[in-house]
Amino acid sequence: MNAQMIPTQVQVKTRQSYSYYPGCSLHSTGLEYGLSTRAVFRHLGVELVELEDWNCCGASSAHALDHTLAVALPARTLALAQPGRRDLVTPCAACFNRLKRTDHILRTDPELRAEIEQMVGFQFSGEVTVRPVMAAIYEDFTANELIELVKRPLNGLKVVPYYGCLLVRPPQVAQFDDPDNPQVMANLLRTIGAEVMDWSHATDCCGAGLSLGRPDVVQNLVGRLVERARETGAQALATACPLCQVNLEMRQPSKNKMPAFYFTELLGLAFGLPEAKQWWRKHLIDPRPVLRSARLSD
Amino acid sequence: MINDLASEVRHLSGEEIALCYHCHKCTAGCPVIGAMAYGPDQILRMVAMEQREPIFSSKDIWLCAGCYTCAARCPNDIDIAAVMDALRQLSLSEGYKASEADVFLFHRLFFGVLARFGRSHEAIVLGLFKVLSHQPLINDMAAGAGLFLRGKIPLLPHNIRAARPVHRMFEESK
Repeated sequence: MNAQMIPTQVQVKTRQSYSYYPGCSLHSTGLEYGLSTRAVFRHLGVELVELEDWNCCGASSAHALDHTLAVALPARTLALAQPGRRDLVTPCAACFNRLKRTDHILRTDPELRAEIEQMVGFQFSGEVTVRPVMAAIYEDFTANELIELVKRPLNGLKVVPYYGCLLVRPPQVAQFDDPDNPQVMANLLRTIGAEVMDWSHATDCCGAGLSLGRPDVVQNLVGRLVERARETGAQALATACPLCQVNLEMRQPSKNKMPAFYFTELLGLAFGLPEAKQWWRKHLIDPRPVLRSARLSD
Repeated sequence: MINDLASEVRHLSGEEIALCYHCHKCTAGCPVIGAMAYGPDQILRMVAMEQREPIFSSKDIWLCAGCYTCAARCPNDIDIAAVMDALRQLSLSEGYKASEADVFLFHRLFFGVLARFGRSHEAIVLGLFKVLSHQPLINDMAAGAGLFLRGKIPLLPHNIRAARPVHRMFEESK
């Protein structure tokens, strides 16, 4: 091993607070993901310290166009997180993927690291662990702790967990859950009482990156996913990516549409958080009929 | 001095094309293979065969959705999606026109907004895309209006201090 490589950090559980990177989507098309994430962590009694003055991670255009910027943009965010010495959590799967890949590159490519450090104006310490919000909730809280907070178990709500791509792939970079048969979201959803349906499409791509450029291709991908979900008897999809969520709700071809929840919305609903009501009206596909049929809506 | 395509790809992506023994698992799992001309496995072979022209003018490199299914399934751990990124960058630096014009337009607009504001700004990206793309203006109007009415497309960009350092990084990388 190259002497200049910085080894991967051993994960230490830091539950008092996390550094928080919402990413651009959570201020726009993924509003309710940000709102529900904040509400759930407030309820868990753990602080999310939003990085001051963060910038876009560049997904998914920067890595298509410019190799250096694709690493420099997320590196600036890692630089902002370093002084806090907390785990850096982000809800967005695409942001997570870019941040984690940048962390991986800075650890393993000393040459590029020197260039990026110069460009961003910092020295990479490797002390910040980049994690998806889902990992923080699943790994840092026990099932019993979560169950104790459940006021309204989601009994009768039939969902399929949909991960999409960037939370788990490529596994060498993401290092989260199983890339072919992931279990974390299903376990979380079962913990809060939801009925999790089995399906084999949890990590199939929905094509969000091509949603504007090739809507014809994307409509096929989304259509197939929703069809498979419906075959299991599910009433809704559970997601963890703002690009997937808006793509799934926007590119569904059928008339009989299926809503896509953020998994944090479902946690908030099960915890009985009053602000949950405001999240539903942010959806392009109104999820309230599904909630009513599962007797989860007032 | 780097002069063969496989070395240029290695330099940009860190991936070693020579490791590919063409098991086709990448192509078998590719979600957009139906719209591609060659597919990921053949593209790797074409890189090895130094076939710049057909690769750089193919739609395949712009159609890759970046889902990393190929990277997860490759028995030799080649991150083929990262190779596709490298091929896009190389095609542009050699002056090729992207053959998926609307996919490229989206990237350009997104990148431009990012260089200016430091963060994404949907109103500008979506607005310009509507006007400049090859798609009928009426497409997605209902969805766009739906997002806007739900407060999901703010009209004004975030005014953040990050805009300045981000802009500087864009200047430096030129």
